[in-house]
Amino acid sequence: MNSPFLLTIITFTPIVAAVILFLMPDEGRLDPHKDKERITSLRTAIRCIAAAATFISLSVSLIVYFQVNQAYAAGKTGFFLEDGPWTWVPQIGISYHLGVDGVSAPMVLLTGLASFCGVLISWHIDDRPREFFAFFMLLVAGVYGVFVALDIFQLFFFYELAIFPMYILIATWGWKVSREYAAMKLTLYILVGSVVALVGVIAMYFLVQGAGMTASFDIKDLIAARDAGVFDQPYVTLPAVLGGGMVSFAKAWFPFIFIGFGVLAGIFPFHNWSPDGHVAAPTAVSMIHAGVLMKMGAYAALRVGVMLLPEGAQMHLPWLIGLTLINVVYGSLIAMVQRDFKYVIGFSSVSHMGLVSMGFATMNLTGMTGAGLQMFSHGVMTALFFSCVGMVYDRAHTRDIPSLGGFGHKMPLVAGAFIIGGLVSMGMPGLSGFVAEFPIFVGLWQSAQSLTLPGGQVAWYYAVIAILAVLGIVITAAYVLRVIQRVFFGEFDESKWHDPIGDVTVLDKIALAILVFWLVAIGLYPPIMETMVSAGMKPIALLLGGA
Amino acid sequence: MFGAENNIQLYQIVAPILPEIGLLILLLIVLSADLFLAPSRRRSVGIVAAVGSLIVMAANLFVGLGMVNDPVFAQPVLGGMLRYDMLALIFRTMVLLAGGLTCLIALDVPKLGQQGEFHAIVLVATMGMSLMSAASDLIMVFLALETTSISLYILAGFLRDTPQSAEAGIKYYLFGAFTAGLFLYGLSLLYGFTGVTNIYALAEPLGRQMLGDANGSFALALALLLLVAGFGFKIAAVPFHFWTPDVYQGAPTPVTAFISTASKAASFVLLVRVFGAVWPEAAAPFWMSMLAAMATITMTLGNLLALIQRDIKRMLAYSSVAQAGYTLMGVVALQSDWGIASVAFYMFMYVLTNITAFTVVIIVSNATGSDAIKDFAGLSRRSPNLALAMVLALLSLSGVPPLAGFFGKFFLFAAAVDAGYVWLAIVAVLNAIVALYYYLTVIKVMYVDETEDTSPIHVTQAHTAVLAITGAGILIIGTVAGPWLAWAISAADSVASTLP
Repeated sequence: MNSPFLLTIITFTPIVAAVILFLMPDEGRLDPHKDKERITSLRTAIRCIAAAATFISLSVSLIVYFQVNQAYAAGKTGFFLEDGPWTWVPQIGISYHLGVDGVSAPMVLLTGLASFCGVLISWHIDDRPREFFAFFMLLVAGVYGVFVALDIFQLFFFYELAIFPMYILIATWGWKVSREYAAMKLTLYILVGSVVALVGVIAMYFLVQGAGMTASFDIKDLIAARDAGVFDQPYVTLPAVLGGGMVSFAKAWFPFIFIGFGVLAGIFPFHNWSPDGHVAAPTAVSMIHAGVLMKMGAYAALRVGVMLLPEGAQMHLPWLIGLTLINVVYGSLIAMVQRDFKYVIGFSSVSHMGLVSMGFATMNLTGMTGAGLQMFSHGVMTALFFSCVGMVYDRAHTRDIPSLGGFGHKMPLVAGAFIIGGLVSMGMPGLSGFVAEFPIFVGLWQSAQSLTLPGGQVAWYYAVIAILAVLGIVITAAYVLRVIQRVFFGEFDESKWHDPIGDVTVLDKIALAILVFWLVAIGLYPPIMETMVSAGMKPIALLLGGA
Repeated sequence: MFGAENNIQLYQIVAPILPEIGLLILLLIVLSADLFLAPSRRRSVGIVAAVGSLIVMAANLFVGLGMVNDPVFAQPVLGGMLRYDMLALIFRTMVLLAGGLTCLIALDVPKLGQQGEFHAIVLVATMGMSLMSAASDLIMVFLALETTSISLYILAGFLRDTPQSAEAGIKYYLFGAFTAGLFLYGLSLLYGFTGVTNIYALAEPLGRQMLGDANGSFALALALLLLVAGFGFKIAAVPFHFWTPDVYQGAPTPVTAFISTASKAASFVLLVRVFGAVWPEAAAPFWMSMLAAMATITMTLGNLLALIQRDIKRMLAYSSVAQAGYTLMGVVALQSDWGIASVAFYMFMYVLTNITAFTVVIIVSNATGSDAIKDFAGLSRRSPNLALAMVLALLSLSGVPPLAGFFGKFFLFAAAVDAGYVWLAIVAVLNAIVALYYYLTVIKVMYVDETEDTSPIHVTQAHTAVLAITGAGILIIGTVAGPWLAWAISAADSVASTLP
């Protein structure tokens, strides 16, 4: 199985499934009383199509993952399993070009895990399931498309393709109280960021064209332009307020591109959409959203921002790290005071995604590898968290932490899974969280000693940031333990609940098991992921002078 | 240049006006059929008009593409009145498509589709627009413009028994007649100072006059300003947009669809052709800055006013003002290789998209008897596929992949950035986000809001056909953009070859 089409199969299986679902008969035409059996069988078919499509993509992404692993083991570098470039819009240098490396392969796998588990957990959705699963498939396809794109235009194409189904999914199937507000807020926030970055990328294209090089949106051409120094030439005159003088394209555009994508990674002060969005979304969508979509932002910021404009990164990341510190500490402090179970997890995502951007900002291989691992680890962990929250909510119909309690008695497996997720989030050794967060802190210390700022001095304050960020982890431990104790432990009060509270279904258990497996596996044997992420980050870290 | 008519063959005279000939024959058929058919069977008149227009479109395209290497192609023909080139070919395709689809969506609208004269007037308007697409002489420009406008005034007021429609007709007429006067005054100034009427011969004397003589330069600036006003009215750009919401709301919806698509496309091609040819290069920076300001104000105001609309037709009216603002970006970037190409591409996608949106509006208001946005509630339950078609249209208008609007906006932004207007591109993308809010609000109403009436909505065959054609078009252009862009670029090239 070394076919170049593997990545195309991964991306297009959900799209095909979405088209099939849209073509299926429309349930509204059937009488809910007379045609009961037909409706039931129709719904089963819809769910099976969705499950099958996500399962195929998941299986293929596993194959891809291990092939990339082997390729690195064999000492290869660059992008693997390339498909293309095939001509798409040749007039402006847009091609269809897929490929993965050590950074994106784990993300593809993460998407597979979160989407398959998401379908299993959404089995019971019975309001317009055809539309729900079809839009869900489009969302998943968009996310896959971003991670396998080697053409920046294509990356944008799928990036925005992923946002819109999200709006409809949250607004229609979300939590009634806040879904319309949250869905709109989320969509607008994310798109403002991405379109500004889009203008930056178009400007990049014409800059390369003006320099007389091969102009296209293909990442390899842009890398060639970067290596030729096209983005480091004087480009624009700064206004007098900012000191005047000419600066290069890289320095001028980096903050816009990095923060533009960073909005989706929840970077402070543009994180505000994220907890609201997570809470309002239906469970499966929260899983994809917090688990995978936020990584899409971080990944694009890395791929387009840091990788193509390293000179800009060297200038701007040393101050952007301050924002990421606010993410880490502020996010966990806010999580501490939430009453709503789901908001706790929502703000914990803000905090943990701060660690990812912080890892990028260390600008050395250790820290960036940690960031890459954290993207995967946090993705699986938060998908696990949101599925547990969803399972509790579906039975208790409330997420108010003080009114819950003793749920460990009723759903022991969920409690166990949540506790493992909690341990991951506080960075317990032996689980994936430790494997991810430890290198980030090591990277911070390394930078504190060796990173030279554009002004010539050593970035000593990285040490302070490391110390403050560790505080964030301590706070994380506090709020996670608080939630575990209040929700899952203690006495279960039967009299409080109208309906009997039962255990979760087999499908739910399978989903939880799959997610927990990866958290433990990486924790116990880090090389299955650490080696490839490190190899994938190495070329980028080299550009920043930190390898 | 216009005298080489000695060896001209008959087909070389017929081909450039093939759509006009076709439409004229069709018009006669429609009028006589209307005369002889019993009122109950007059619906078939509309089918003839619709299918006929589409056949004319196909024939024109087929013949045109076959004549690309012919000596008359991309040359002034018929005494310099028309220029037969790719730009004309593509925009004629758009207006004929829009005309045909308008007849089709009007078929099942009461008091409209069963009237033979409705279809006849649509055909006349289409003919005017087809001439606008190719006109290359000031006389022809004005004649084509007026043929179109007068037909559209009648169409807007077609339901003369309802006050809204009558008001729309009058309002459109008054505004239109006034700006037509301004426009004509501009044209006569141009002729007076240069002594030529062919727009491709204008540039040289115009440049000389403007640079040489202070009085002449002022008068010519005034002339160009008057032209901007005339075009501004036709494309609904601020500050000449005041008629738009009232006419869009009052006119019968199929007519609104027609005005918002075909008329806008035809006006844009004329705008691009005239300004592309007449603006002397020395004066370009001034005019470009003015148009850039106009584009900024148009899209911003259009989007902001659309935010507060409760009526879907008014909302789409302001949205179409905003869309004109985006498209003006391409005109601003006229000197970039992408300028004209992006306008052509955008208009093609806009025609398909807006017809989809208005078709859904027609179907829904037939079922609910209202044009209020809130009455779209529950559409995703009452007719999931109709809701999906509306989602396609709205998201394409807001520029979301994998729909045509995404590439349309992308090329416009690229044109602006290429021409050095990065700030304009940023303004436009931020505007696109504002626009998203009101488009998403409609989607929310369709999917989230509940309604008491949950009976399924019946969609007629004609409407299904239109939605299938336009929906497939939106998806195909949005995924396989290459071939369409190649067309748009060849259209741009065919004009660029005449630029000084």
